[in-house]
Amino acid sequence: MKYVILIHSNPAAWDALSEAQKVEVGRRHLALTDDLAASGELIVTEALADPSLTRHVMVRDGRTVAGDGPFAEVKEHLAGFYLVDCDSMDRALAHAARLAPYGEIEVRPVMDLHAVLDV
Amino acid sequence: MSGAHQTCEPARVEELLRTLAPTVLGVLVRRYGDFGTCEDAVQEALLAAAVQWAAEGVPANPPGWLVRVAARRWTELWRSDTARRRREETAALLSPPEPEPAPASDDTLTLLMLCCHPSLTPASQVALTLRAVGGLSTAEIARALLVPPATAAQRISRAKQTIRASGATFGMPPPDERSARMAAVTEVLYLVFNEGYTASSGSALHRVELTAEAVRLTRQLHALLPQDGEVAGLLALMRLTDARRPARVGPDGALIPLADQDRSRWDAAAVAEGVALISRTLAHGPVGPYQLQAAIAAVHDEAPRAEETDWPQILTLYDLLDAVAPGPMVTLNRVVAVAMVHGPQAGLRHLAAAEADPALADHHRLHAVRAHLLDLAGDHEAACARYELAARRTLNLPEQRYLRLRAARAGRPPEAGPGR
Repeated sequence: MKYVILIHSNPAAWDALSEAQKVEVGRRHLALTDDLAASGELIVTEALADPSLTRHVMVRDGRTVAGDGPFAEVKEHLAGFYLVDCDSMDRALAHAARLAPYGEIEVRPVMDLHAVLDV
Repeated sequence: MSGAHQTCEPARVEELLRTLAPTVLGVLVRRYGDFGTCEDAVQEALLAAAVQWAAEGVPANPPGWLVRVAARRWTELWRSDTARRRREETAALLSPPEPEPAPASDDTLTLLMLCCHPSLTPASQVALTLRAVGGLSTAEIARALLVPPATAAQRISRAKQTIRASGATFGMPPPDERSARMAAVTEVLYLVFNEGYTASSGSALHRVELTAEAVRLTRQLHALLPQDGEVAGLLALMRLTDARRPARVGPDGALIPLADQDRSRWDAAAVAEGVALISRTLAHGPVGPYQLQAAIAAVHDEAPRAEETDWPQILTLYDLLDAVAPGPMVTLNRVVAVAMVHGPQAGLRHLAAAEADPALADHHRLHAVRAHLLDLAGDHEAACARYELAARRTLNLPEQRYLRLRAARAGRPPEAGPGR
């Protein structure tokens, strides 16, 4: 089963962390990435660039426009994600829990495309 | 035909190599003992053969060729292993004696048992079985399981480390562990079979046909153990399920449920093989879950039209299955059979009892079955809501699409049209 672990970050909360705590967050990500790769559960993980670099794409009157988007006042943004393939939701949650002390972590199952045998 | 040497079709070479893979690996493990390194060596010999045989033709003694190349490769791997460098003299003593012909005994079963070692997770058992017994490359396994090659490679190498750490040796497990291990083997083969049922067509071009691979391995196992009723049952179940494949997906890619399938499109030869096999098997020996599931599939496949399905017989078989191997999905399928025999209200009553099982309480299949029974009972509005709920809960895209369609259909008045 594939699960996505989404890391939502709150800039105010992040700024409030000490340098040592920020280093600790980085360590946790590296350790989790290594462990997931070693166990054969990691599909991909990426950290996302600062939300100020986000561009929104829209189609207006048949023309494609990219812009900064009308989404001001967002308290949290998506800071990174892991896509993992593991045996159960509990297992995915256990991985995610290693990041939980520093941020809002969301775990969601990924839809699969198997044709079910007997609907 | 022109050209000096006889070339061979790559597909035929591929097929031959996959058949020889477990035999060659068996010879190597017997000779050198270390499963992990031997497996790597055989894999490289298979890759070399795929290239060379396709270009230059198949050698006179294919297993001998593979053993020779794999043994040479094993020696190189062994020597390049820095941890063992000091013992290189021993390695030299061990380096390949005369190439052996194929062994008399078949190692496939021993290998299957080793790949399904209880210290491994199901995902690792599947990956290792496909490589060591199925002779698939890591890249092929990755494509088949829809994971990146690095993930598949890591799963395989970790599985080999785990086996080494467990101290398991290349040999049949002790008699008291054998039946548990056989259960793991059949389960892995069934997982491989189900893994092949992907509706995705995006990267289908070079996908290894996992259902066909599972059937091939199960057929081999059945040939080795013709007396094992569960292996026969599994093979029958695979054939009877796979027979419906041409009718299971519509031209728009949507799933078509059993009741609505165009049965003339079923693979009649596969149905006949499955029915004959399960009938023969049920006649002797203890009955297990795969045999019962195959028997149920056979009853479905033998009905010329959905309306002619022998539901009382299916219900009896589910009663047996519920006694032999109870589980949440058996409970739900049995409820459907109850409804088909005794009416939707009886089904709904059984469903209320089934809901007490925590594994089923909020399961999408429970909602889907309730929706179906409510629909049959004429409560279309409630059915629509339940289908919607089931659609939100499922993790399967084709199924979600199907459930949404059923929700829309239940919401509409029934005069929309007959049947479909």
